[in-house]
Amino acid sequence: MAKRNTLILWMILALFAFCLWVLLPIEGERFGRQGIHLGLDLKGGLHMVYRADMTGVEAGQESSVIEGVIAVIQNRINPLGVTEPVIERMGADQIVVELPGASVTDVEKRRIGATALLEFGELIGEGETAKWTDALGEWKPATAVIDGVEKELTSSYFKENTYVTRDNLGNILLIFEWNDEGSKLSEAITTRLIDKPLGIFEGNEPLLGEDGRPIAPTVRAVITTSGQIEGLSLNEAQSLSKQLNAGRLPVPLELVYEQDVSPVAGADFVSLSLKAGLIGITLVMLFMIVYYRIPGFLASLALIFYGALNMTIFKLIPVTLTLAGIGGFVVSIGIAVDANILIFERMKEELRGGRSLGSAIEAGFSRAWSAIWDSNVTTFIVCIILIIIGGQIASGAPVKGFGLTLLIGALVSMFTAVTVTRALLRLFVGTGLANKTSLFSPYVGGKK
Amino acid sequence: MIDIISKRYWFFLISGVAILLSIIFLAVFGLKSGLEFSSGSSTTISFSQEVDPEALEEELANLGYGNSIVQTTGEGDFLIRTVYLTDEAKNQLEAGLADKFGTLTEKSFQTIDPIIARQTSRTTIIALVAATFVMLLYIIFAFRRVPKSFRYGTTFTVALVHDVLITTGVFSLLGVLAGWEIDLMFITGILAVIGVSIDNTIVVFDRIRENVRKGISPSFEVVANYSIVETLTRCLNTTITIVIVTVVLLLFVGGSIQNFVWVLLIGSLIGTFDSVFVAPSLLVVWEQGEWGRFIGRKPHPTRA
Repeated sequence: MAKRNTLILWMILALFAFCLWVLLPIEGERFGRQGIHLGLDLKGGLHMVYRADMTGVEAGQESSVIEGVIAVIQNRINPLGVTEPVIERMGADQIVVELPGASVTDVEKRRIGATALLEFGELIGEGETAKWTDALGEWKPATAVIDGVEKELTSSYFKENTYVTRDNLGNILLIFEWNDEGSKLSEAITTRLIDKPLGIFEGNEPLLGEDGRPIAPTVRAVITTSGQIEGLSLNEAQSLSKQLNAGRLPVPLELVYEQDVSPVAGADFVSLSLKAGLIGITLVMLFMIVYYRIPGFLASLALIFYGALNMTIFKLIPVTLTLAGIGGFVVSIGIAVDANILIFERMKEELRGGRSLGSAIEAGFSRAWSAIWDSNVTTFIVCIILIIIGGQIASGAPVKGFGLTLLIGALVSMFTAVTVTRALLRLFVGTGLANKTSLFSPYVGGKK
Repeated sequence: MIDIISKRYWFFLISGVAILLSIIFLAVFGLKSGLEFSSGSSTTISFSQEVDPEALEEELANLGYGNSIVQTTGEGDFLIRTVYLTDEAKNQLEAGLADKFGTLTEKSFQTIDPIIARQTSRTTIIALVAATFVMLLYIIFAFRRVPKSFRYGTTFTVALVHDVLITTGVFSLLGVLAGWEIDLMFITGILAVIGVSIDNTIVVFDRIRENVRKGISPSFEVVANYSIVETLTRCLNTTITIVIVTVVLLLFVGGSIQNFVWVLLIGSLIGTFDSVFVAPSLLVVWEQGEWGRFIGRKPHPTRA
């Protein structure tokens, strides 16, 4: 018995050493994982959820359309230089984009979800319905009949070699070339629209210039092979050009959820939660030691081990720690302590009943087990449900984070609060201290 | 030994009044639903100089955001709740505020579209119902060998409704008094409270189950009281632990988990009261067939 316990203790010590090796130094790399992953609310960043407009998508094609959208967004985000961006599908028609630690300009942000399909329009005539309305008037798509089919003029007829340049006056130009079909379309349309404005639209909005006004050049000559768009800001022109070359979104996206946290606000929370965690654990340990004495002290040691093991798991999986996740971790400390309290209260009763320390320990642990098990099962149920719903709602990341850390914490606590505390307690069996039951339990009239 | 069970009708009175008040609060004030359930935008900004919250509200009204809510956070920042803002509208709003109050820094921005808000509400309700249902199934399963396990299950349900209702009632009152809102973290807190409350009740009932088997006394009332007293220290100590960690979180972190922490603190205090004083008492009343009796008459102990 004693021999087995020593073995268990050595294994615990080895595991603890392993945890420290994984965790320290804080930013060190182990098994390809560096530092603890912090969520957007802690290190700042942008979290957006888009809903894809699936009208017009054939049944059965939804998944491949969404995959296409994700691939395009990926291409757009890559040049931003964000480390570890997350782009994934959520539910039937939503796409989550997480850009941790990124400071993205408004233009770049808008570009991520933009269709990147430019449509050209002409002013409507008498009695015609408008597709777009802006400061310059009401517009309909500019069309021409090519080989007997009426077609709209859009950037899908661009060759994928658009670029940005400046003219002699320093104006920014987005230069594009038409492909064969585009050339015919453009020729027909510009012939018809000479001296009239040609509107440019992206999705439901007019393309805006640097001055905030819609870009709608007046057609001066028939355009056949190439053209230029003037008036965009440099930034806008460059990202638009990249997108036109990289490919457009198969369906329009609508931004339905956005959370933008500045890194400054996040940094405050990191140090605050660190402080809260340390103070919380210290107070709980003090309480345990004052109330339960030696077992309380041993439970505190187990709690330190518990903290280290938890963080190690967080680092290795890796679990992204959010503020809510830290909340879950702190609640799991409560669960770990609760298991010990249940056990110690049982031990106290057994000692009161006149048992020796050794048998009181064993009885305490085995009798408290059913309550520990039942209460942990309900915790698991709650956590699993939180993880599932958190993954299904746009703003659900905190809920999921809480569920995950609490689940891990509850599982780890079943191991540390039971195995570790018991192994440590058994060390005292058979030593001189074992007869001083008052050290093991308050208010027991044991031998002093 | 402290006699808790004999004062059961007092506890019922306290709980009854609390439940009644909660129902009245909920009926009269309702709950203020937060961003996630009602859609809109929330922007946290800090100004480089002192800004009076009322002046800020006035300026928001001037800019066309009359129904906005302004809250100050622990760090001296302002949290502004508005209708759904696009990026352009937000930039205009911030420019307008900067004109009036000087340089400002946007610390965080969150915006939720109405369809997503509806979807969130629906998913949340399903989750709450599912969680409660599955936990109760487990309780009935765990207590299946105990005679009349159905009574334990029902008492659990009553205890659960009791805790959730009163906690929500407190939030309804605080919603009116202090502008507290119901958000996803509140729901997470409610689920945690359900968990804690069930845990506490499990510990007490687990002991009753064990003591009934041991045959400590022929009177169920005595057995129940004995079991409560035996588990009292554990319930109190665990609650103390929860209070310690929640108070520390409230003092040092706050922020987006503030709601969660408050729910957990209030809910676990109510839950402890409930599982020590109310739930076992209910079991005793049921076991002894006292449904007909009322306050003021000490019932005769009968065989369990």
